[in-house]
Amino acid sequence: MTDHLPIQLALDVLATRHAYAVFTVLLCIGLYMMIANPHLVKKIIGLNLFQTAIFLFFIASAYVHGGSIPIVESGGAPEATLVSPLPQVIVLTAIVVGVSLTAVGLALCVRIYTEYGTLRTDALREAMAEEDDLPAAGGDSPSAGGGSPSAGGGSPGGERA
Amino acid sequence: MSDLLLPLAIVVPILAATLPLLLGRRYDRIGWPIAAATAVSLVGIAAWIARTVFVVGAPTEYGIVHELGGWQRPYGIELVADELSAALVVLVALVAAGTLVLSRVIGPRGNAFYSGYLLLTGGLMGITLTGDLFNLFVFLEIVGLTTYALVAADRSGASAYASIKYLIVGTVGASLYLIGVGYTFLATGSLNMIDLQSAIAGVGYGDPLIRAGYAFIVVGLSLKIAVFPLHVWQPDAYQRAPDAVTAFIAALVSTSAAYALLRITYTVFTVEFLAANDAITNAMLLAAGVSILVGSALAAMQSDLKRLFAYSSVAQFGMIVAAIALANETALLGGIVHLLGHGLLKFGLFLAVALLAYGYGARRVADLASLARRAPYLSGAFVVLGLALVGIPPSVGLLGKWYIALGAVRAAGSGDPAGLGIAAVMLASTLFTLAYVARVIEQLYFAGADPGPGDAGSSASVADAPTQPNASTQSDAPAQPDGGHTGARDVPTGAFVVLVVVTLAAVGLGFAGFAAADLFEPFLGRMI
Repeated sequence: MTDHLPIQLALDVLATRHAYAVFTVLLCIGLYMMIANPHLVKKIIGLNLFQTAIFLFFIASAYVHGGSIPIVESGGAPEATLVSPLPQVIVLTAIVVGVSLTAVGLALCVRIYTEYGTLRTDALREAMAEEDDLPAAGGDSPSAGGGSPSAGGGSPGGERA
Repeated sequence: MSDLLLPLAIVVPILAATLPLLLGRRYDRIGWPIAAATAVSLVGIAAWIARTVFVVGAPTEYGIVHELGGWQRPYGIELVADELSAALVVLVALVAAGTLVLSRVIGPRGNAFYSGYLLLTGGLMGITLTGDLFNLFVFLEIVGLTTYALVAADRSGASAYASIKYLIVGTVGASLYLIGVGYTFLATGSLNMIDLQSAIAGVGYGDPLIRAGYAFIVVGLSLKIAVFPLHVWQPDAYQRAPDAVTAFIAALVSTSAAYALLRITYTVFTVEFLAANDAITNAMLLAAGVSILVGSALAAMQSDLKRLFAYSSVAQFGMIVAAIALANETALLGGIVHLLGHGLLKFGLFLAVALLAYGYGARRVADLASLARRAPYLSGAFVVLGLALVGIPPSVGLLGKWYIALGAVRAAGSGDPAGLGIAAVMLASTLFTLAYVARVIEQLYFAGADPGPGDAGSSASVADAPTQPNASTQSDAPAQPDGGHTGARDVPTGAFVVLVVVTLAAVGLGFAGFAAADLFEPFLGRMI
């Protein structure tokens, strides 16, 4: 009877399934950081949290109470319950993928910082909007100066329209 | 013997990817020859795989199967080539070779680019050939990583920003996919696609873990496919990437993710799962319908050519997702044909855009004014491809859309009202597509005054005399000897030939409706 009380149920889940609760919380924190934080490096940290949550999920799901490592001596039959090694292997691979993603992301951050001097997305968006205006305004005169009669005649008319 | 070709198709480009960087320390321009040799051998491998599957007949009921390292199903990782993956392998090999012809002239240059290009090709081959859910994740990430690097390959800050946006969204997509795989693995204890088919049926299609797993996989792959509202990364990435890279990734990257969705939906979860879970298919149909409509509408509002066709991709992939969710034979055939045809069309369109930008500096719709006069053949191919995208017969664009719409109407006939909605939305989208393609045609052929009156005096009248006969009598591909004073560069012959071949294929395949139905008949028979 008491099992069905919501609070009891929640406590039960926390006591026995805390790894999955942490997985959910980490996932949400990571996702929130990626969406809400304007700083690119912090977005990448959020991404790492998000991935770490998934690693935790795989590891937690592979845990077997009283399980032993899946190595069977030649000739001997397995006695105890064995743990599936597959989730660990998956997590190892996923960690490698995650590290390379972080490396590429940080390399891109370095390039963006040297170009614009900021890593905040709001400032970047402004800087890029200005940059977009410049070639359009400045791009006209070189092409006309380069002696392109029909292109020079066509594009300004089109842009004013 | 032929099953050894499957690992080769993946291993050859990935191993070759190390060579440009390695040998590049000694030789400056070694990247292109290595990439070209690899691309040619890949075309050969793809042709042989296709021949084995379509002509000779595959050795097993699942197609060509190769067990990596000799480990048996369900423990080892398998590579499988059936009708669908064989067709996609051919598309990947041909588009990769075509891209190489383009990138030789317009760049990006440098050995690092060719390493990334080869790695991407290997990853795409891996996605199409793998028979293992987790292996698919690894290849998705290989494709993702190299795409992020290639998008940023032209060294501008804007492309780096577009790339990091894509990186964050794409990684979340792949991670959600991984969660879905984890749930499915928890419920069944298997990762092999063929083995999962019976394992999932054993667990039951209503099992919450299986349902949640499929939902996560769909959302994760939708991020990669760029279905509305998860498409925000795509227009920026396509617009900011170097032109040759755009042609390559627009043709193949989203296509391979859509292929993965199709493969997982039908080989792993099967059509019975879709039938048992109306809520999931209805949600997919709704997202697909909105994607079709909004993608086309947004495309019609763009002024930048690359952004325009990027939004058009959002709509076209909406149709493919709809075809997957409709789950009847006609719609699925349409989905497959449109998957392949759209890849071909987008490659041709972005190739034409790249050549227009390279030769004439045209990047916006307004820049196209009267270009047909100076580049009649290039404009002609561009317009034919555009009309094929609308679905004017005969074209491969019509074929895919026709089968999807027919399947949607049939679904409506058998009591699924969502089918009618999809058919209606596809009609509306076709009208939008016509609107933006017509705008391009209007600019190319009718807009802008004739060179002369609009422009300041002397230079125009001098240009007038030599330009006219040249443009009308000679091919614009190698010609344009007056490039010096029109400001135009020569359009590279090789890339132009590729464009013509793609255009002819897009039109010619329009006649292949029944052949396509025959070709994919065994696949459809197994799936539905």
